[in-house]
Amino acid sequence: MRAVAWARANLFSSWWSTAVTLVLLYVILRGGWAFIDWAFVHAVWTVPPGPNGPNTQVCYAAKGIGACWAVVKEKYRFILFAFYPYAQQWRPAICIALFILLYAMSAMRRFWRKELVLLWIITLAIIGMLMWGGLFGLPYVPQYQWGGLPLTLILATLGLAAAFPLAILVALGRRSTGLPAVRLLCVVYVELIRGVPLISLLFMATTMFPLFMPNGVDIDKVLSAQVAIILFAAAYLAEVVRAGLQALPRGQAEAADALGLSYWRKTGLVILPQALRLVIPPLVNTFIGFFKDTSLVLIVGIFDLLKAGTTAVADPPWQGFGNEIYVLLAVIYFAFCFAMSKYSRGLERELDRARRR
Amino acid sequence: MSTTLRQPGSAPDRTQSTPIIVLDKVNKWFGQLHVLRDVSLTVAEKERVVVCGPSGSGKSTMIRCINRLESHQEGRIEVDGTELTDDTRALDQIRREVGMVFQSFNLFPHLTILENCTLAPIWVRKTPKAEAEEQAMGILRRVRIPEQAKKYPGQLSGGQQQRVAIARALCMRPKIMLFDEPTSALDPEMIKEVLDVMIELAESGMTMVCVTHEMGFARQVADRVVFMDRGEIVESGTPVSMFENPQTDRLKLFLSQILRGH
Repeated sequence: MRAVAWARANLFSSWWSTAVTLVLLYVILRGGWAFIDWAFVHAVWTVPPGPNGPNTQVCYAAKGIGACWAVVKEKYRFILFAFYPYAQQWRPAICIALFILLYAMSAMRRFWRKELVLLWIITLAIIGMLMWGGLFGLPYVPQYQWGGLPLTLILATLGLAAAFPLAILVALGRRSTGLPAVRLLCVVYVELIRGVPLISLLFMATTMFPLFMPNGVDIDKVLSAQVAIILFAAAYLAEVVRAGLQALPRGQAEAADALGLSYWRKTGLVILPQALRLVIPPLVNTFIGFFKDTSLVLIVGIFDLLKAGTTAVADPPWQGFGNEIYVLLAVIYFAFCFAMSKYSRGLERELDRARRR
Repeated sequence: MSTTLRQPGSAPDRTQSTPIIVLDKVNKWFGQLHVLRDVSLTVAEKERVVVCGPSGSGKSTMIRCINRLESHQEGRIEVDGTELTDDTRALDQIRREVGMVFQSFNLFPHLTILENCTLAPIWVRKTPKAEAEEQAMGILRRVRIPEQAKKYPGQLSGGQQQRVAIARALCMRPKIMLFDEPTSALDPEMIKEVLDVMIELAESGMTMVCVTHEMGFARQVADRVVFMDRGEIVESGTPVSMFENPQTDRLKLFLSQILRGH
């Protein structure tokens, strides 16, 4: 009964809203059914083995009618880990699990203490050890063989973890009144980085920058791209943080000053806890944006998740089954981004609850 | 206005003891605007000074210069024997000894009442946490608000918040307390609870400089009233002589304006 009342009030309150409801309902059902039909009803789940690799005839026959999920089954190892040596792929798999564990623990407020920083350092060290190897009898795997989801997670996690503190410093520098040189430096940094596309920054970092290096100094492509992402993200995050700093009433800083708190104490104990809380939504917005923007590294030839996916369907028997791969990639990206946004909304509510009347 | 000229009571004349705040020909400009003109004022230890004047007269600016929330451009300001300059170490030293209460309370909304009170003692005075909390509870009892210690500022009324702000400043055990219109942002029924705390503080022998329009408070506790207008000190004296026998037209006009509503 309540559902009926709700529908009457919200969906069928006038002839106009009834018309909109019906049209939308038609579109949703039609589209939804078409997808279900393609993805499940007429889908091909496996293909028989042939003389030269899998026989994909069935899939070609069903093309346009049903999805060929066999391609996912066949290629998921490559999409997730790219050219990481096949026998060693358990290592990046553990790394993915470690990253997810690290995110989950960082998300819980009861772990918000100094030891969390230590946990991050230790976990990242373990991930580095697993990925590179060369220790404890693990064969060495150079960075150019890394790829897929672990690489995307490394670029995004390290990128944002390093960019965030840098962004706070830049935002504080940009607002400092006593040090005009620092302020100018921060303004120039933000405007310069923000003024160019990430793609050009990635190109510069991976191709132009090594030209200026003395001969014999080889700068790794993944590392260069990582630095470019950090610098780019920091410029954007700095502006978000600055917005939070600006939104705080001046009285807060004055009260801290009047109590004799030093600049860093005032900033760390009074200003930042409030300013960052104010900007959680745009902060998470930027985080999500950069998580997805890491896929741009494919243009400098790094095999992140997206590039591994597109490469998988370049394999002759599987050519033309990009849609299935893109659905898989979309699901993976969505899972991470939606978790972030869902968590941030919960966090906002939780932080607000205590202070509300 | 009464014609009988009451003599100041037989209270000890605190204005003659050691000076703790000295302003000597202080000048300040905001851009073109000359907001402090040759302001000279000496406050003795344990003295209670009330500063009044129309809005825009520079009284808030003057009091904010005493702990250098505003910096002056000419003249000298000396607090507790130290001159206020750009030397940040000396400034931190002075701010420890000077508590300030603001018109808009400026409590830290992300911290509980108790945390507001212990923040500076822990981080500036390096008091151990347990000791700082014990002291803070003592002072919260003194401002009659200990039961709110675990709440957040947003859950308190304006009067309660201002009493917490006074407690927060007192937790640093300052030698001097500055009040910048502490009751101006309060609803009328909450003014008394804050003034009562301030009166109690005055009676305990605290050196106080208060910018306020509460003339009843001035009469009751001030050793001296200072009247400012257009950036300068126009007149000063005991509350009785100031209110009952104003010498300048500007003070007469000001008194007639603020007393109309009373």
